[in-house]
Amino acid sequence: MAQNSLTDFQKKIVVIGGSAGSLQVILHILTYLRPDLNIPVVIILHRKNDSDSSLSQLMGLRTSLPVKEADDKEAILPGHIYLAPADYHLLIETDGYFSLDDSEKINFSRPSIDVTFQTAAEAYGAGVTGILLSGANADGVEGLEIIKSLKGIIAVQDPKTAQVPYMPQHAVDSLPVDHLLTIEQIPGFINRL
Amino acid sequence: MDTPVGEQEIKLLLNDLIELYGYDFTDYAKASLKRRINRLFTLDRFPSFAEFRYRLCNDADYAKRFVEQLTVNVTEMFRDPKFYQNLREHVLPVLATYPFIRIWHAGCSTGEEVFSMAILLKEANLLHKSLLYATDLNSQVLQKATTGIFPMSQMKQYSENYIAAGGKEDFSRYYTASYNVVKFDEELSQRMVFSTHNLVSESSFNQFQLIMCRNVLIYFEKELQGRVFALFDDSLENLGFLALGSKETLKLSPIISKYRQEGKEKIWRKIH
Ligand SMILES: C[S@@+](CC[C@H](N)C(=O)[O-])C[C@H]1O[C@@H](n2cnc3c(N)ncnc32)[C@H](O)[C@@H]1O
Repeated sequence: MAQNSLTDFQKKIVVIGGSAGSLQVILHILTYLRPDLNIPVVIILHRKNDSDSSLSQLMGLRTSLPVKEADDKEAILPGHIYLAPADYHLLIETDGYFSLDDSEKINFSRPSIDVTFQTAAEAYGAGVTGILLSGANADGVEGLEIIKSLKGIIAVQDPKTAQVPYMPQHAVDSLPVDHLLTIEQIPGFINRL
Repeated sequence: MDTPVGEQEIKLLLNDLIELYGYDFTDYAKASLKRRINRLFTLDRFPSFAEFRYRLCNDADYAKRFVEQLTVNVTEMFRDPKFYQNLREHVLPVLATYPFIRIWHAGCSTGEEVFSMAILLKEANLLHKSLLYATDLNSQVLQKATTGIFPMSQMKQYSENYIAAGGKEDFSRYYTASYNVVKFDEELSQRMVFSTHNLVSESSFNQFQLIMCRNVLIYFEKELQGRVFALFDDSLENLGFLALGSKETLKLSPIISKYRQEGKEKIWRKIH
């Protein structure tokens, strides 16, 4: 069945969640990603729900990899950087494509980091690396826990380097985090996956 | 830590739903459906999957609740103001040339979208010759839509949306407030017809010059999206408009060859 084939091949995906204070970190990561990176990177960033696409354009200036807002039912391709669109949850389907959902906010957030992390874990299993960045929100920790329980890797921005340490600190306090990374270490970490 | 209701169990529930109640959710996007079903399972505090399934199969009222809870009914007035501005400036002038205007709101939820459209039509002096057919699978939301009563707490946001969509009037002239709700003018609802209609299983019922189906197709798998696009194509007059949600597209469907996208918003015109 299609849903097993993904985990059989052990396809990989990186999911990154950030809230307040994480945009600069994301721009730094993008600047130092390998131009020949061959896994997809999905970014969930809390932001005001004005649905203009200037954020993905801003991000696109930092890397030669293709950067775009994820579209509904779009196939997830290696080496592409996807940004969750404002005001929708971004879900990952078992046969390797995105779907969107405009259901209720979770932890006051849409997109919710937890939703993308959880569906990524259910679709990609041990192939998932989840990274949680700076933020003042409770979002993301439950998602990391699910990634971990389905054998994925979980990494957290070192709260000491975070502009708003609450979110990563919450993760460190409640989960057996695999990697605690400074801002400078994150791109190299992704490049070696 | 897996979800209490897994993929296999979901298959069982969806089969029960078809066989016993005639609702077919099998071609809905799986990740979202799984979240909705697990949410309901937790919300209603079932001790086990077996009890969940038993209740669904043996209690028709619960089956109704199940369907209502699976669907996502989030909506607002003048959602994506730029989209409505585009309708006002580019689509309504074309509709104005028809002696009689028929519009279909497929998946209208609690009606905010339909009232927004009625306001646009009224301001373009077209409402008197328009009919808005508003349908949804979920009869509970339709009931709400029929009343034209919405929470007062939303009006600040809606009025901002209205202005951002190019509205020039005082938004509050369209409703009467009492306590914590407002009721929109009968003049608007007089031109609306509400009815249940399931896009998965029911066929075309009229010919329209504009079909709005926003934030419904994201819940469907690609193949079902394709079938629904064919249904819309059947229901749209030549040179009619099809309007989708801001993240939905006709691009992946074979009918695209008969359509041309109008501007940057998700509005397509049938040109063949
Ligand atoms: C998120 S709401 C969208 C409301 C509105 N169009 C908007 O964009 O704000 C989605 C609606 O689609 C309806 N829906 C889901 N499946 C349907 C089906 N098979 N046939 C008709 N309506 C359906 C749901 O009941 C829900 O009210």
